[in-house]
Amino acid sequence: MEENKNQTLTDKIWDFFSSITLAVVIFALIALTSIIGTIIEQNAAPEKNIKLLGKLFGDSTAPALYNAFDFLGFMDMYHSWWFVALLTLFAANLTVCSIDRLPRIWKLAKEPVKPLTDEQFKNLGKKEIALKGKAEKIKKTAGAAIKKAGFKFLETKEADGYQLYSEKGSYTRLGVYITHLSILLILIGSIIGIFFGFKGFINLPEGNTSNVVYLNDEPMWDRISASLGLSKSKAVRDADTGQFVMPLGFSVKCNDFNADFYSSSDMPKTYKSWLTITENGAPVKINGKEIQEIEVNTPLKYKGVTFYQSSYGLTPGGGENSVFKFRVTPKGGKTENIEARFEGSFGIPGTNLTGKIEDFSPALSFDQYTGRPFTYAEQMNNPAVLISFYENNKRKYGGWLLKRQPETWKLPEGHVVEFVDLWGIQYTGLQVRKDPGIWVVYLGCIIMSIGLYAAFFMSHKKIWLRLIEEKNSTRIIAVMTANKNRQAFEREIDKMIALIGKAAEGGK
Amino acid sequence: MDSSTLFGISTMAYILAMIIYIAYLAFRNSQIGIAATTVTVIGFVSQTGAILTRWTESYAQWTMFNTESSFILSVLRSAPLRNLFESLVFFVWCLILGYLIIEFKYKTRSFGAFITPVAGIALAFIGLSGISKEISPLVPALQSNWLLAHVTMSFIAYAAFAISFSTGLMYLILKTERHSEPSYIFWTITLGVFIAAFFAMGIDYLSMGIAIKTPEAFIKGYIFKATFLNENAVVSIISWLAAIAFIYFVWRYGHILKNVVGSFSISAENLEEITYKSIATGFPVFTLGGLIFGAIWADQAWGTYWSWDPKETWSFITWLVYAFFLHSRLLRGWKGKKVAIVAVVGFIIVIFTYIGVNLILSGLHSYGSAE
Ligand code: HEM
Repeated sequence: MEENKNQTLTDKIWDFFSSITLAVVIFALIALTSIIGTIIEQNAAPEKNIKLLGKLFGDSTAPALYNAFDFLGFMDMYHSWWFVALLTLFAANLTVCSIDRLPRIWKLAKEPVKPLTDEQFKNLGKKEIALKGKAEKIKKTAGAAIKKAGFKFLETKEADGYQLYSEKGSYTRLGVYITHLSILLILIGSIIGIFFGFKGFINLPEGNTSNVVYLNDEPMWDRISASLGLSKSKAVRDADTGQFVMPLGFSVKCNDFNADFYSSSDMPKTYKSWLTITENGAPVKINGKEIQEIEVNTPLKYKGVTFYQSSYGLTPGGGENSVFKFRVTPKGGKTENIEARFEGSFGIPGTNLTGKIEDFSPALSFDQYTGRPFTYAEQMNNPAVLISFYENNKRKYGGWLLKRQPETWKLPEGHVVEFVDLWGIQYTGLQVRKDPGIWVVYLGCIIMSIGLYAAFFMSHKKIWLRLIEEKNSTRIIAVMTANKNRQAFEREIDKMIALIGKAAEGGK
Repeated sequence: MDSSTLFGISTMAYILAMIIYIAYLAFRNSQIGIAATTVTVIGFVSQTGAILTRWTESYAQWTMFNTESSFILSVLRSAPLRNLFESLVFFVWCLILGYLIIEFKYKTRSFGAFITPVAGIALAFIGLSGISKEISPLVPALQSNWLLAHVTMSFIAYAAFAISFSTGLMYLILKTERHSEPSYIFWTITLGVFIAAFFAMGIDYLSMGIAIKTPEAFIKGYIFKATFLNENAVVSIISWLAAIAFIYFVWRYGHILKNVVGSFSISAENLEEITYKSIATGFPVFTLGGLIFGAIWADQAWGTYWSWDPKETWSFITWLVYAFFLHSRLLRGWKGKKVAIVAVVGFIIVIFTYIGVNLILSGLHSYGSAE
């Protein structure tokens, strides 16, 4: 960079922002500060980080250090003013740098390939081959070969023959800029998400419906427009919990939740919820179905709001409306679905037997030594129901029926009572998100992939063939340039020339 | 043959190949060179076989638990990339493949002596720790095609970065002159720390001598416990002193390595080119697979494409370091050694992202464990 005394302030600022040195400095700064953010636990309770700092620097200095770090925003570092400022600087650098260099690159990309002079032909690396036949004819074969390699070519007549000149991939020079542009897009998309989206959750017991979600933070745009007096915030703060209650504009119902495990273990296999969206009093069909199945990794999207399967649990208080569901098959009879309440009874069709529900365990196990039943987990890992069977009001037998163990469903007479579910006692924990910027982010990701591909795996290639007519034969001289990976390109040309040779020999 | 026999064969082959490569460097006999390559290829083929066998084993398990799942889905879900150790095997496989490609393209066998020991030791470590036999079923969060693409591509990129690390290091060994030169101090310390850490892990294994059940258990419970983190303060202090003495030794006599690398049939320019090309391949693959696919998976599974958890942040730092590398080449006065240092640092960051985050920091990714 030349020092220029007549530089205006704007020029100086422009130069500052267009320098790659600044880019490299910002890379280093963002990387180094990010490291701190992974050591200090973000958004954690103060005690946790004080303990951590104590471990690293000694307990006596920890509280003071904590206060210093807290003051500098390290406890929520990635949202601190200075980290956002760094990202902004980064974006500005990227923008200015690209604008600064784009015209030159654009010219290089747009400039059409021209025939070379004798002088230039001498200076570039070249390949030669002599072929039998007139230049006119060889030109056809050569032209076809160039075309086959994907080049568009032009030709001029020269004193002693022809020159064919061609290029390919001129726009791949823009790959770097496309990559840079995509980074800006991703940043813009994430900002749209921060301003106009929200993140929340609902814990929805089986059978329940909700038309609101709970947010930890007031949506940014609501906060801004409310503080400017433009509109009232949609989310209402709940005085008790401090959470914000956000109306959805429709409602979501949990029909059922189920956790599945691998054979007899407690290793989870699937978590599944069956949801129904209701709007204006009517259930909404999505993909032709009223009931939507969601799992981890397959969320449900409706009107820009996405519902993710994120947790589950037993409803505190036990779910008053819960019912036991059975599938009962009397010996030699037809299978029926039967429901019963806790401490309630049900009959086995066609017999005098009635079952009375006496106890329930979400996760039943038997003590190894005493054989006594106990509950080993608070989730429905291994649901079991204790049923006593009566015949003519006399207790006949009883025992535990386990949902996951079919051998416990058989009664001595050969009837089968399958314990299907205790419905209404679990809740599904849904993470709810609205992010109108995500498509911009994904668009940015796609563009970035294209840009990187162009930048690293493609190049701007040019090739010139000079056909010189001699007695009975034509000499081909080929020269080429590529802005990247020259060797590979040269091998490509070698192949092409060999092809021309073959075609000319076998020529008609 | 079952997968562990095949893994055993490939482990032996890589270690044998290392010895032959070293013999090749000493005697410069082309037949020895061909033997080294052949043994490496045998190791690679049997490792491929081992991976495929393991794949069919876990396919059988998957279909047993998921009778309704389609053929393609079952094949994808049972890909042997389900935990830290399986992914380490895949990494080794990519590394050897990358190395063989370079050997073929640049017609040089010289740095086989550097790559094969890494492969052999990594596989031996996996084999000895007794992990390879167990096939654990996939928890819900890990049942995702995006995750599969994410893991596969990340490790391809890591293998490319590992190659740039070794060529970058060799470049530094070749190009440094004085003991007081920062670049010289940098590479001797880096190499010293690496060898010392490998050694300490070997001692861990020998002194514990038990099959460790999970990678987390190993990382949290055992690593360096026999040496640097020994409960006995004396042992710990001696270990530290020994490590420091060893690093000093590498620094003091490191210049001897220069003669060794100098005798390779590979020039500094070629090393620089391989360093750049591996990063130029690794960077786009890492961007797409490591960051973008990872973000899409997180978006599907957790409902946020980016949450700044430690694993994500370290991937991002890795990415920045390699962006730094690519751009520093464009800076005036940043040729050669400085750029090579960035390449070496880049891979150190990769190792931290891969293992260190689980070791020291833990986030919602914590690999392979339940949610
Ligand atoms: C993390 C963000 C960035 C990424 C991923 C990125 C990516 C790239 C890539 C892949 C290249 C091609 C390098 C090569 O071919 O060796 C490149 C070149 C370049 N980058 Fe970036 N870049 C980033 C940020 C920036 C910033 C902030 C600036 C601002 C000055 C910048 C300026 C440049 C320039 C001037 C080139 C050279 C273009 C040329 O060869 O004509 N980059 N960038």
